[in-house]
Amino acid sequence: MLAVEIEKRLPDFTLRASFTVPAGELLVLAGPSGVGKTTILECVAGLQRPDAGRIDLGGRPIFWAAAGINLPAARRKVGFVFQAYALFEHLTVWGNVLYGLRGLRGDEKKAGLRRAEELMARFGIGHLRDRFPAQLSGGERQRVALIRALVRHPAVLLLDEPLAALDRGLRERLRQEIKELPAEWRIPVVLVTHCCCEERLATRVLHPVRSGVTVSWTP
Amino acid sequence: MPEEALFALLLSLRVALLATAVAAVSGVACARLLARARFPGKEAVEAALLLPLVLPPTVVGFGLLLLLGRNGPVGRLVPGGLLFTWWAAVIAAAVAAFPLVYQNARAAFAQVDPDQENAARTLGAGEVRVFFTVTLPLAWPGILAGIVLAFARALGEFGATLMVAGNIPGKTQTVPMAIYFAVEAGDYRTALPLVVIVLAWSFGVIFGLHRWSRRHIARYAGQRRG
Repeated sequence: MLAVEIEKRLPDFTLRASFTVPAGELLVLAGPSGVGKTTILECVAGLQRPDAGRIDLGGRPIFWAAAGINLPAARRKVGFVFQAYALFEHLTVWGNVLYGLRGLRGDEKKAGLRRAEELMARFGIGHLRDRFPAQLSGGERQRVALIRALVRHPAVLLLDEPLAALDRGLRERLRQEIKELPAEWRIPVVLVTHCCCEERLATRVLHPVRSGVTVSWTP
Repeated sequence: MPEEALFALLLSLRVALLATAVAAVSGVACARLLARARFPGKEAVEAALLLPLVLPPTVVGFGLLLLLGRNGPVGRLVPGGLLFTWWAAVIAAAVAAFPLVYQNARAAFAQVDPDQENAARTLGAGEVRVFFTVTLPLAWPGILAGIVLAFARALGEFGATLMVAGNIPGKTQTVPMAIYFAVEAGDYRTALPLVVIVLAWSFGVIFGLHRWSRRHIARYAGQRRG
């Protein structure tokens, strides 16, 4: 379960977000660009700091302004798929996929390796292991980014415009794959999009409401 | 080749390598720290770090003379003093080479995609690991270019080195000194082999690095963003 209740002052407006996502559900944040969608994801991931409020993940606060809690991104167990995928260009596909296992030992590492092998096979990119990101197509990059985020078995998965850079046929197939993620991994998934066609993937959809200098994301 | 010329050659190599190492580590560290830090007077500090690049070598040499002299803030820490030892040559070369690493590293770090660093953070990497496994490798082609230039600059350092290390054959005489004073004395037979060796060596380094970078870096450096 992910519970978000935050406020952040941005240069043009004040962003408010208040929602919960139970494990196994997919929340879509849909809206045009410049309404704080990515900011919300980055606050959850620990890449930006909200000015007030609290974020709970799995029943524990990962951010809580009043109590001075702000877990660093590295310790939040958040899986993040960036808009442009942000694959490590100096590492091979396999190097990218295993990056999250660095620093893990023993059984955790073994389980991660097994998961990496399975996911590579399942998403049909096992043969691309030794390629570099520059040598991949858009759809292949997207899958590597998704696998890289899932290998650590995150407590929540955040997808920032995961389909924006892809052509239409591919989009339909990946949409199906994304739809199955929340139930299969039994984690909350939050997907951000500017395009209304991703909304039908969702268990729930939020749209921004603007009033004065405040943009609110609430059910 | 006379024994002193051979000594000059080996000394030059040692001085340039040490100076490049010092300039590389401090240049990369300064570039990284200043890219992040915010404090009053930052721009003045940044300008000061580039000074050795624009100042006449004799001005740098004069500054180092004061710094390393028997009563200078650095010189007094070393018993016997630093002036007219080969360590003074290392320091002069490192100071001259530093801005080249710093400037290139600064530009290279600015090019690194912050999303890739953030991706590493969400994958459990602390700041030290992010730096050594993502930031540094991505910035490496640019930093390496700076290091090559720094090495060339260190190898050729003349003005400031002459002022603080002097021209003592068999002790502080580097190749540029040996060539200059040999030519001045009309001793072309000493100067010419040194010139040829430096030429071949410099060409080899640049050529080799170009080949290496084409093979090992081009495959990912061509495409910066997805």
